[in-house]
Amino acid sequence: MALSLGFHIVFAEIGIAMPVLMVLAEWRWRRTGDHVYYQLAKRWAKGTAVLFAVGAVSGTVLSFELGLLWPEFMRVAGPIIGIPFSLEGFAFFTEAIFLGVYLYGWDRITPRAHLLAGLIVAASGAASAIFVVMVNAWMNTPAGLVISAGRITHIDPIAGMFNPSTGQQVLHMLLAAYAATGLAVGGVHAAMLLRRPGSAFHRRALTVALIIGAPAALFQPISGDISARTVAKWQPIKLAALEGQFETETGAPLKIGGVPDPTAAVTRYAIEIPRGLSLLAFHDPNAEVRGLTAFPRDQWPPVAAVHIAFQIMIATGSAMALVSAWAAVVALRRRDIVQSRWWLRALAVITPFGFIATEAGWTVTEVGRQPWVISGMLRTADAVTPMPGLAVPLALFALLYLGLGAIVAVLIRSLIRETA
Amino acid sequence: MIDLATLGLPEAIAAIIAIALNAYVLTGGADFGGGLWDLFASGPRRTLQRELIAHSIGPIWEANHVWLIVVVVLLFSAFPAAFSTLGIVLHIPITIMLIGIVLRGSAFVFRSYGSRDGAAQMRWGLAFAIGSIVTPVVLGSIVGAIANGAVSEAADRVGTGTFMAVFVSPWLAAFPIVVGLFALGLFAFLAATYLTVEASDDALRDDFRRRALIMASIVFALAAAALVIAGSAAPRLAARVIRVPLLQAATVASALTAVVTLWMRRYRAARVAAAAQVSLILWGWLLAQYPYVIPPALSIRDTAAPAVTLKLLVVGVGIGAAVLLPSLRYLFGAFRRRTGET
Repeated sequence: MALSLGFHIVFAEIGIAMPVLMVLAEWRWRRTGDHVYYQLAKRWAKGTAVLFAVGAVSGTVLSFELGLLWPEFMRVAGPIIGIPFSLEGFAFFTEAIFLGVYLYGWDRITPRAHLLAGLIVAASGAASAIFVVMVNAWMNTPAGLVISAGRITHIDPIAGMFNPSTGQQVLHMLLAAYAATGLAVGGVHAAMLLRRPGSAFHRRALTVALIIGAPAALFQPISGDISARTVAKWQPIKLAALEGQFETETGAPLKIGGVPDPTAAVTRYAIEIPRGLSLLAFHDPNAEVRGLTAFPRDQWPPVAAVHIAFQIMIATGSAMALVSAWAAVVALRRRDIVQSRWWLRALAVITPFGFIATEAGWTVTEVGRQPWVISGMLRTADAVTPMPGLAVPLALFALLYLGLGAIVAVLIRSLIRETA
Repeated sequence: MIDLATLGLPEAIAAIIAIALNAYVLTGGADFGGGLWDLFASGPRRTLQRELIAHSIGPIWEANHVWLIVVVVLLFSAFPAAFSTLGIVLHIPITIMLIGIVLRGSAFVFRSYGSRDGAAQMRWGLAFAIGSIVTPVVLGSIVGAIANGAVSEAADRVGTGTFMAVFVSPWLAAFPIVVGLFALGLFAFLAATYLTVEASDDALRDDFRRRALIMASIVFALAAAALVIAGSAAPRLAARVIRVPLLQAATVASALTAVVTLWMRRYRAARVAAAAQVSLILWGWLLAQYPYVIPPALSIRDTAAPAVTLKLLVVGVGIGAAVLLPSLRYLFGAFRRRTGET
């Protein structure tokens, strides 16, 4: 399950952000008549099509897999999360329809209609993401149901959709999608520009990609701060795990790096910034941060994995924000950033960072919630299907996804090559 | 046989799911059929046949495919207990079906966007065709296993029965497999009939006319086989199917109309008749097992989610339909104009 999701999330991100790039390029073309933008829009549309198709099938797999792997989860959660999932289904449907119109309609419908179709693709892509993240947020901080004597007696799906985590998680995910995809596309074209300076195609591609990616990467740390505070309030165990915080402390330090050792209940080799954690999580340098030892041992998530994933997310995310800030400063001084070969190199290096950060962030929120599939309500072990031999389908899907991923990579490479 | 006074919200959602399933069968099902004809493309116009199939499926298969997602999502939202049972007992066939769907969808895209060299095209073509054939057979066998009560029986034995008894034999038995083949035949028939309308020249049209007629006879044979086996393997279902005589009569009538119109080269009429035939067969099955989602134990009422969820779902479906139906019309409209149809 985690595997399918981990695979799907990358395609979903590209599926959210790529249409925006493609529409922006087409709009520039229609406005300026500059043919390079037309080529760009066409090329990006092709990439979008491949990735959307793979995203579509991996999404189908997911909708079934929930029931296949976690039937008990679906029995409990279906009535609540079914609503956002249904809405997601419709948003996805809309996206599929208008992507069809967009891809095959270049010369069949009016320019205005075509551009509008692209916009609808972009908007419905974002809408699907919102609905899906609502479900995940609900798993983290379930709301909208009353349990008495072990039975669910009252449910309120609307309250479930707008649970305490929804706002920040949606914001964080959308920004992640735009930042990761924008900077990855920018990075690819930056690498091309290093090889062939002065190519008008790559120059323009880079500019459009940056318009989407850079602001998102710059705002992401702020959204991360909001997320951290929400987690601190609602999921203290997760916060403790991702910070590798074992003891309850007032004025807790922020640990950078380090290896948590759950048996000894210490995090070794970390650089500590005094009072940093209390300040970040509660905006108060003296706030008390509850450590893992304040909670029963059987409710701890795998601390080392969560802490390290969190560090990776922060590191890659910061690198992205820095490169974006560099571009912003140069742009504000009205210089041409594309002239700076060092900046191009930096951008090329961070091409995959957005996706690495996404996977790491996903690990933080999912592994950080273990042993629960629904926080405090349903343990993952109780939700899983009674069918024996689960390793077989897992291995099968792993193989399938590996194959698909490799093929997509080859295809995208050949698409990029064509332009070089 | 259906008492109108007992109908309520759960039945309304069940009907919506049935409609979405019907849409999937008519659109996505035909796409699967297209895959079969891609594999069996033959004769002097082999390449033209393949091109026509790719051209007809290209712009719309993703949208067609989403109907299945709609069915699944509505099923687990509205009837979570039923979905959970299906997920446990039918884990293996659903997994096979998913792999088929993944293979098929990605192969199709890779074939159209990937390298143009012959070997790669062949490989993807093969993956596309295999996915297109395996998936409907498994889908049909899932239906068969639900309909004859095997799923329900197996669900009672989870934890006590053997692995084979609970997870394999419900769907890997004569009746479900025949239903699976029947589904594949129907989809292939549907696809060939659609393609007679899509084809732009007469020779190509005749190719698919011949294929549709051959497939029609295979479908009749499979239907007969399914009925014979059902007498012993699914007696309850067989008895119930006979209880809706009007529907069965309409099914037979539309099947005959489809064949006759194909014979007379009235392709547009044939398309309508074939679609009606396939839809009626689907509804024949659904009405036969009404009011059960998984007969003979789990009924629509037993497995329905709380009313508040169902109400919201109806609202959601309403909004969805208001956005989707005009969009779909636009999609199909935009591409029909080009092929010169009205």
